[in-house]
Amino acid sequence: MKALLLRDLRLAVRAGGGFGLSLAFFLIVTVLVPFAVGPEADTLSRIGPGVLWVGALLATLLSLDRQFALDHEDGALPLIATSPLPLEAVALAKAVAHWLTTGLPLTLAAAPLGILLNLEGASFPWLVLTLALGTPALSVIGTFGAALTVGIKRGGLLLSLLVLPLYVPTLIFGAEAARRGAMGLEVATPLLMLAGITLGALALLPFAAGAVLRINLR
Amino acid sequence: MSIWEYANPKKFIATTAPVIPWAFGGAILCIVVGLIWGFFLTPDADRFGSTVKIIYLHVPSAMIAINGWIMMLVASLIWLIRRHHVSALAAKAAAPVGMVMTLIALWTGAVWGQPMWGTWWAWDPRLTSFLILFLFYLGYVALWEAIPDPDQAADLTSVLCLVGSVFALLSRYAVYFWNQGLHQGATLSMDSEQHIADVFWVPLVVCIAGFILLFVALVLMRTGTEIRLRRLRALERQAQRAAA
Amino acid sequence: MSLRVEGLSVARGGVPVLDGLSFTVEPGQALVLRGPNGAGKTTLLRVLAGLAPPLAGRVEMPPESAAYASHADGIKATLSVRENLRFWADLYARPWAEGVLDDFDLRSLAHRPAGTLSAGQSRRLGLARLGVIGRPILLLDEPTVSLDAASVARFAGWLRERHLASGGLAVIATHVPLGLDAPEFDLSRFRADPMVAGQGSDAAFL
Repeated sequence: MKALLLRDLRLAVRAGGGFGLSLAFFLIVTVLVPFAVGPEADTLSRIGPGVLWVGALLATLLSLDRQFALDHEDGALPLIATSPLPLEAVALAKAVAHWLTTGLPLTLAAAPLGILLNLEGASFPWLVLTLALGTPALSVIGTFGAALTVGIKRGGLLLSLLVLPLYVPTLIFGAEAARRGAMGLEVATPLLMLAGITLGALALLPFAAGAVLRINLR
Repeated sequence: MSIWEYANPKKFIATTAPVIPWAFGGAILCIVVGLIWGFFLTPDADRFGSTVKIIYLHVPSAMIAINGWIMMLVASLIWLIRRHHVSALAAKAAAPVGMVMTLIALWTGAVWGQPMWGTWWAWDPRLTSFLILFLFYLGYVALWEAIPDPDQAADLTSVLCLVGSVFALLSRYAVYFWNQGLHQGATLSMDSEQHIADVFWVPLVVCIAGFILLFVALVLMRTGTEIRLRRLRALERQAQRAAA
Repeated sequence: MSLRVEGLSVARGGVPVLDGLSFTVEPGQALVLRGPNGAGKTTLLRVLAGLAPPLAGRVEMPPESAAYASHADGIKATLSVRENLRFWADLYARPWAEGVLDDFDLRSLAHRPAGTLSAGQSRRLGLARLGVIGRPILLLDEPTVSLDAASVARFAGWLRERHLASGGLAVIATHVPLGLDAPEFDLSRFRADPMVAGQGSDAAFL
């Protein structure tokens, strides 16, 4: 599993690996929002956490269709499938690699981008905390979606269509916890639900992803 | 005599074909009677005025929308466990019907919401849940359309249906947490008096029966069509192989 | 360590292509699959590799002993030749042996990004994977495509002296004589009857 993880990380940072693409997308979306809603600091700081959550969520989608499609095109996937590593572990390794190259950088970038949206001081720690808790779930759910659509030509759009509804609970609890935390309200429930979704997705979705990979390899 | 005998495509068509016209007839009868009764023969409600009458469309379609998804979930499980083709095709056949029912529920909800809440759309948890359910239907149908191999499509959509069901349930909980909502409580419950009076309740039950029959008729008919399409495909391929 | 196939039927896209296959390959043996295009060579190899389920019959071999190689080698263009091979070694939990670079004449290319290799060089890199992962049963689908004569001879030599000599076995679909002392197996004799739907998924609807 470590071998696959290291290879995917290495591929991501080499030329054409797409690392940084989602970060750039996140930056651009965040910059575009004030143009659309106006420069008033009050408005921006109020919608800031939500905008950053949606921006991060859309940014994770960008690199999802590369998850298995590249290995599928060059024939690496059947060779990986016949290795001692079960496909469930393959899916988990892919999800972890996706999080390390997408979710983690997005989480770290959210704070500086928050300054652009006039976030209040209290918002920053909650935003970063909820993104750190929530983005792993986005990566695992997305990996399942990528495994589902791996054999489909030009499946990128379909992938978004399938994955976005699955993102809804993560988004709601994540953004809600960030919002409540900033306002000093009770946050235990959404935070625990968010953590629960992430842990549940990490525990169960690799099995679903492994199963659909097996179906797609037939 | 096992129930699984009906999972044989030919037996399924032979058994259901005579039922379909009766189900359609019953559906039309119930819906016409229920709607006329409900629209013209019941008094206006105290609180809601005449707008309440849209429940005769709204409530049945919403019930079918949810139960249609549950039926797809059961059919998907049967396909994954027992590999009955009819089951997978029934799930495929039910999806567009459920999707349209979800749209009807959303549309009538908006039409009802306009005079009641003064807005066409409110991010009320029930309406929002249905919007999310609609997205799940959309993804499910799109996945069926995208995969050319029918067995592979059946497998993948079944897994999507399973995973989707878990996330749809989570979304429902999340949406209730996120916004407490304007929607009144459940229209129907075993204790009918608690919610609505008998005068409204009886025609509503007739309408619900009509919608259930309509759903059954449409799903049986569409499943039959899917089976015939698969049979046509199998025959064509056999002919191709014979010619080769 | 032998490969035993009994009464195997395989399907491509739900259509049965081969029916009633039975053969055994013993250690040190190679079996060459013959048959025209569409005979089912690739399908059979994929079933043997466990990538596709058989319609009927049994494939007996020790678990995790087979390696499959087709024209798609899964080579990553931005990784160097050595990095590509080390990945397979790590994934299959095998120790890394530098010698494999010499076996497949890749030593001078070891640091080149795989994307800059020629078609024949890429093919050698793809075949070198077989030397790295050390599986005793090789399932090879047209392994010599785009190799020059010298490379074909080198690969045949590796197959004979390193793989088969050490108790490995191989099932090879090829049109190029590899100079192996291997029996040939003609698949066209096992063509599935087109009028019999077999156990394919179409059968449920006929």
